[in-house]
Amino acid sequence: MELTVNGDRYETDVPEETPLLWVLRDELGLTGTKFGCGVAACGACTVHIDGEAVRSCQIALGDVWGDVTTIEGLGRPDALHALQAAWVRHQVAQCGYCQPGQIMQAAALLAENPAPDDAQIDDWMAGNLCRCGTYSRIRAAIHDAANSLAEEA
Amino acid sequence: MGRWGRITRRTLLVGSAAVAGGAAFGVWRLNQPFANPLSPEQGAALNPFVVIDETGVTLVMGRSEMGQGVHTTLAAMLAEEMDLDWSSVRVVHGPAAAAYHNAALAAMGLPVADYAKTPMQHRIAGAMGTLSRAFGLQITGGSTATRDAFEPLRLAGASAREALKRAAADRLGVDAAQLRTEDGAVIAPDDRRVPYTELAEDAARVDPPQVAPRPATEWRLLGQSLPRPDMLAKATGAAAYGVDVRLPGMKFAAIRMNPRLGGPMRGFDPAPALALAGVERVIDLGSGVAVVARNSWAAMKGAEAVDVTWGPAPYPETTEAIFQRIAEAFEGRRNSRLRDDGNTTRTLDDAAQVIEAEYRLPFLAHSTMEPMNATALFTGDALELWTPSQTPLVQARFAAQAVGLRADQVTVHTPYLGGGFGRRLEADYSALAARVAREMPGVPVQVMWSREEDMTHDFYRPAVIARMRGAVQGGLALALEAKVAAPSVTRQAVVRMTGLPAPGPDKGHVEGLFDQPYAIPNYRVEGYLADLDIPLGFWRSVGHSHNGFIHECFIDELAHAAGRDPIEFRLAMIRPESAVAANVLEQVSMMARWRAPREPGTGRGVAFAWSFGTPVAQVIELRDESGRIRIAKAWIACDMGRALDPAIVQAQMESGLIYGVSAAVMGEITFAGGMVEQRNFPE
Repeated sequence: MELTVNGDRYETDVPEETPLLWVLRDELGLTGTKFGCGVAACGACTVHIDGEAVRSCQIALGDVWGDVTTIEGLGRPDALHALQAAWVRHQVAQCGYCQPGQIMQAAALLAENPAPDDAQIDDWMAGNLCRCGTYSRIRAAIHDAANSLAEEA
Repeated sequence: MGRWGRITRRTLLVGSAAVAGGAAFGVWRLNQPFANPLSPEQGAALNPFVVIDETGVTLVMGRSEMGQGVHTTLAAMLAEEMDLDWSSVRVVHGPAAAAYHNAALAAMGLPVADYAKTPMQHRIAGAMGTLSRAFGLQITGGSTATRDAFEPLRLAGASAREALKRAAADRLGVDAAQLRTEDGAVIAPDDRRVPYTELAEDAARVDPPQVAPRPATEWRLLGQSLPRPDMLAKATGAAAYGVDVRLPGMKFAAIRMNPRLGGPMRGFDPAPALALAGVERVIDLGSGVAVVARNSWAAMKGAEAVDVTWGPAPYPETTEAIFQRIAEAFEGRRNSRLRDDGNTTRTLDDAAQVIEAEYRLPFLAHSTMEPMNATALFTGDALELWTPSQTPLVQARFAAQAVGLRADQVTVHTPYLGGGFGRRLEADYSALAARVAREMPGVPVQVMWSREEDMTHDFYRPAVIARMRGAVQGGLALALEAKVAAPSVTRQAVVRMTGLPAPGPDKGHVEGLFDQPYAIPNYRVEGYLADLDIPLGFWRSVGHSHNGFIHECFIDELAHAAGRDPIEFRLAMIRPESAVAANVLEQVSMMARWRAPREPGTGRGVAFAWSFGTPVAQVIELRDESGRIRIAKAWIACDMGRALDPAIVQAQMESGLIYGVSAAVMGEITFAGGMVEQRNFPE
């Protein structure tokens, strides 16, 4: 099987029913995407396929329909995505384990809705759990990132 | 990971020429100092907390970063004294070593209320800190990391700074007293500038000078909300947690242990697992199995597929029967009576009206976002362990025992923790990883738990029954009697972790009930320990998690009986005991505009707790949304004394509130057939 992740082509011989999450983490060594529940109930494994936020623990490798973007591909330390920069400004992360999933989920929101209100953010982010309870800073950082994207545009 | 690999590889090598003789400064000199566990291949370790090589200064933490920001605040204590440029500060977790013992934690064991400690009790607490040193309790827990580090780390930083200045004085031929330090360099009177990186090896040969830390008035980092050194890595997916350890040739394993906790395995058939693609091996762990595979998913599928026959649980099979067992504790011997003011029995016998309530609180799981895991490499006479834990030395000991090695044959690496909350004080997951690794010498193996395995094999916050009686008179509580029954976390965990029994009154069992600053003339708190073999552990805030709830719910009952506003009622009894505590209640009342008219369809409640040295008051507003209850707003006031990093304090307080509310609304753990019924987040 071949797949494109963050613009790079990869080949793997794992069975095609293997969930994308484990292909990324254990076969390709892209460990930024996290395992939390395995049943699409926590959002830690969120990545994009053709820009759409999906739970990679539920997408079989054989069903991947497009290019995959993970947290490592969204932005890099020297070229942060607006959301990552906002995450740093607002000091969002505590343990940080769920944050790659939170950021990927939020990135898909801003791509679709460049100026979400609180209720829209809460609704969109409701499936992403954070046991540290960073929710208020997540919301503030999403607003901030939306503003900075609007200024750039 | 490379850097900390280098630092820890040759642990416990003492006294080499470039390494200073350990943390011999300040108060530490009163006792035997610990060997400096750091022996970097490059550069020099000025003490167990500071390593300087040609690329810069690395601050070495003895506490685990699990979200609470400890790597920021502890690093700031060192950076403050050393005049480091904060943006250049690098932080790593240090090795498992007694030099990083936690004195403040041991001192917390005294069965007295924090708010009312006498000088003698403070002295005893200090002596218990020395005991912690003896046992090498390198523990991140009990809300102690910052308090414990405050003196030693500032002393370590000051001492390192002065040693660097002396090395510079020799080099420049200037009196050290004329030198100053700034942004990681020593500055001469003529503005010549020598970076620490050039002075480190010489400084390490200087007998560490003893200097007092700077007064708070001179601080430029402490007291500020600092950017966390781990934030960029955490926002870009680069932060390495336990599950992210990747080693050459590493295999992935999953485990499946008896869901009847502590029960035996009667037998198993590995064939269905071995038939799956990617599965390589099934290992007998006695009370369960491990499945080794090419990736974690194949391993987890394999673990599910093994056909296992389990033996019974060593405790009653249903939640109802378990609560029955807990209730029986009230009939048995009393464990503690840590508060007994006035004459509660007679007052209640004589009272015209006795208010009574019984509270039953459930078991709770920790449910860290990162499920339990550890990675191990066994090489016959050594074990290397990468394990996200709050207790590196305990992990080493448990893993060593599990594979027949001595603890000093185990090297422990501590990556970031994807949440701790007390779950990672335990070492079960490291011991299991070590046992799997022993079966495959020379091959590193990551043992990853599924969420289901994690949630059904926790060390749970115990279920509790509390029986409360009280009476009011003249708008105040006249009597409050609390009897609480539960199995003991402390007894189980102390035996597990130290091998020592925990006799005497169990403070953790009744903390949050006996130690609250209320002036109630007849006030009695009794603890009864239930005999129950369900694995129990320290769950964020421990006894306060249930007792704070119980105490404050019952105070509300008394306020209601007295016909008074719940904040006014509390203040009337708290003011005489503690001005600090009264102040947080007054503050939260102002913030929430408690006396202002309420919106229709909303209700508010208040609670107060003095927990782990900090008085906290919270107000929560609920909204009725056509029959469904929404937790609409919350206000928190707390006073932990000096806030070394206000933004981290705020994050921690919000975090605690959300963790508590989540537990109250969704966290219940129940048993059926001897097994935990909730297996994943949706349940």
